[in-house]
Amino acid sequence: MTLATPAPTVASSTLATLIAGRRRTGMLAVIGLGLACLFLTIVAIGQGAIAIAPGRVAEILMARLTGDTSLLEGRDVLVVLNIRLPRVLLGLLVGAGLAVSGALMQGLFRNPLADPGLVGVSSGAALAAAATIVLGDRFLAGSMMKLPFAALPAGAFCGGLVSTLALYLIATRGGRTSVATMLLAGVALGALASALTGLLAFWSDDRQLRDLTFWSLGSLGGASWTKLTVVAPIILPLLLLMPLLARGLNGLMLGEAEAYHLGIPVQRIKALAILLVALAVGASVATAGLIGFVGIVVPHLIRLCVGPDHRLLLPLSALGGAMLLVGADIVARLIVVPAELPIGIVTATIGAPFFLWLLLRRTSLIDV
Amino acid sequence: MPGSRIIPAHRGLQQPNRRELTTALGLSALGLGGLGLSRALPGAALAQTPDRIVVAGGVITEVIYALGLQDRIVGIDSTSQFPPEALKEKANVGYVRALSAEGVLSLKPSLIMLIDGAGPPDAVSLLSESGVKIARIHDGLTPEGVVTKIAAIGTAIGAAAPAERLAAQTRAHFDELATLRAGLARKKRILFLLSLQNGRAMVGGRNSSADGIIALAGGINVADAIEGYKPMTDEAIAAAAPDMVLMMRNSSAHNITPDELFAMPAFARIPAASEKRLVHMDGLYLLGFGPRTPMAARDLMAAIYPEAVIPPLGTAATP
Repeated sequence: MTLATPAPTVASSTLATLIAGRRRTGMLAVIGLGLACLFLTIVAIGQGAIAIAPGRVAEILMARLTGDTSLLEGRDVLVVLNIRLPRVLLGLLVGAGLAVSGALMQGLFRNPLADPGLVGVSSGAALAAAATIVLGDRFLAGSMMKLPFAALPAGAFCGGLVSTLALYLIATRGGRTSVATMLLAGVALGALASALTGLLAFWSDDRQLRDLTFWSLGSLGGASWTKLTVVAPIILPLLLLMPLLARGLNGLMLGEAEAYHLGIPVQRIKALAILLVALAVGASVATAGLIGFVGIVVPHLIRLCVGPDHRLLLPLSALGGAMLLVGADIVARLIVVPAELPIGIVTATIGAPFFLWLLLRRTSLIDV
Repeated sequence: MPGSRIIPAHRGLQQPNRRELTTALGLSALGLGGLGLSRALPGAALAQTPDRIVVAGGVITEVIYALGLQDRIVGIDSTSQFPPEALKEKANVGYVRALSAEGVLSLKPSLIMLIDGAGPPDAVSLLSESGVKIARIHDGLTPEGVVTKIAAIGTAIGAAAPAERLAAQTRAHFDELATLRAGLARKKRILFLLSLQNGRAMVGGRNSSADGIIALAGGINVADAIEGYKPMTDEAIAAAAPDMVLMMRNSSAHNITPDELFAMPAFARIPAASEKRLVHMDGLYLLGFGPRTPMAARDLMAAIYPEAVIPPLGTAATP
């Protein structure tokens, strides 16, 4: 969709009012989503299979902050500090990372169907993860499989990066990257990767196949402080540097040549965006498996509400993605207690009908 | 069912009652919070007793039930299908390889029993951090493995003596089975058919549990060129020339009849087709590798060699 273009007869003051209105909506949306996100975070830390009184949760968190170890005794401390807290933080980080990556990719490729998987990260990571699950027992020493940040996430992360690098090299000639080439090559590489993943699934035994299936549905279940400290520095650059990209992406909406003539460093923006997305999505997939839907639908949802200005779209997507993932994780953890549902199932079952409803409510069709 | 819990939330969202997106988002956030509150209540009132076992691994559940100590179990995983009442009586902690640390801990266990491969590793390491005693049980698929497994489970739950008796009885049954096996004149060729989706045969190859039980029953697995459970081509099935086809009985869906199976081109010309030798057996009984395994192998043997006289094992009747 495009910014509403005023008809020639409309006075420029109307346009100014429109833009001011959009900005106000945007500010309200940032504050509203921020508060909602905070609320969900609190609910997520307070709720779980084990009932812990809200007062006790607050006490544990305060005691941890003030370093008062006398109150840090018992199983509920482990649950709050080592199970729920890292899990919620990982959910916020991964959700924000995936949604912002999606928004960046849609802006960069000027394609509504673009999602983080498009730069090849997901398929490469999935292939590497399948290889680790199926061949790991055979080729890796047992100790390697038991490291805290073990072979599977490390493999998936590297697989994602290698695949993105390959795609970038294929689509870059003479210092210029063609997004169209990248899009098509991404489809081809994705097909190749899923063929190889299928081959691995054929080789796998029953257990490995189950592992593969569960991994591909995603879960925040493996969250730990170790994982969080490894993953945060990889995803945070994307969230911190997104303001730098917003203006460039707005320019790119006009077209690549037009953006170039506006003085926007198109190639640098592309390279930076692809790098940040590859890192963030690679780390997300490595720790939480394949979580679909967040990257493609959250940015569209935000665009439907506040318009396509990336200065608003990117931070709102971050908040929206974080909320969707943490919210979905609450459901995943509580709905089949004491077991848990893979989170990919929940994000799609909550998000997809909601998104369809939004689409149906619109009177006009959408053009990006 | 999880699905039925999700649906009401969607209905709420799909009603075009409010114009603004923020309201809808707020509602779903509140809904999720409410859901969480309502689910947090059960379990809180349970008292801590020393005998609260959470089991991840169907065969462990089977052995504990066989020992009559099921009252000590508070939670089992979804592979604990035998005895059938187990999943009705006990909390289900999910699939054995996808456990949730907080979910397991919410049952306030005093002992967590894990079969080989129970996981994921992150959840297991959180469980051991929590200080709950953890017992790991090796899942052997040989007679010796089954006997050791039973004894190990008994030791872990502090019932070593009765478990030792069950193990000894099982060992005696296996020995009896070996004698029966030695008495067979000519070994017959068996094909284990796991499924026949769209006419494509998924068979039990080498190192599968089906392979193990066929060997115990004195048969030859014709699919031993394949590793694990894999699809087998029609031609290979015809070439393998099985004397009998073995399938798992499915209680909820249609079981393929001999007439249907041997009408299929791959199965029409094999030796089994001449007398329409297709046998269905209960999957858990057949492939569980627990205390019932010698009996299952004996029953399978009787099915493979209907012409031979295969007596029931020991004094105990087959279950």
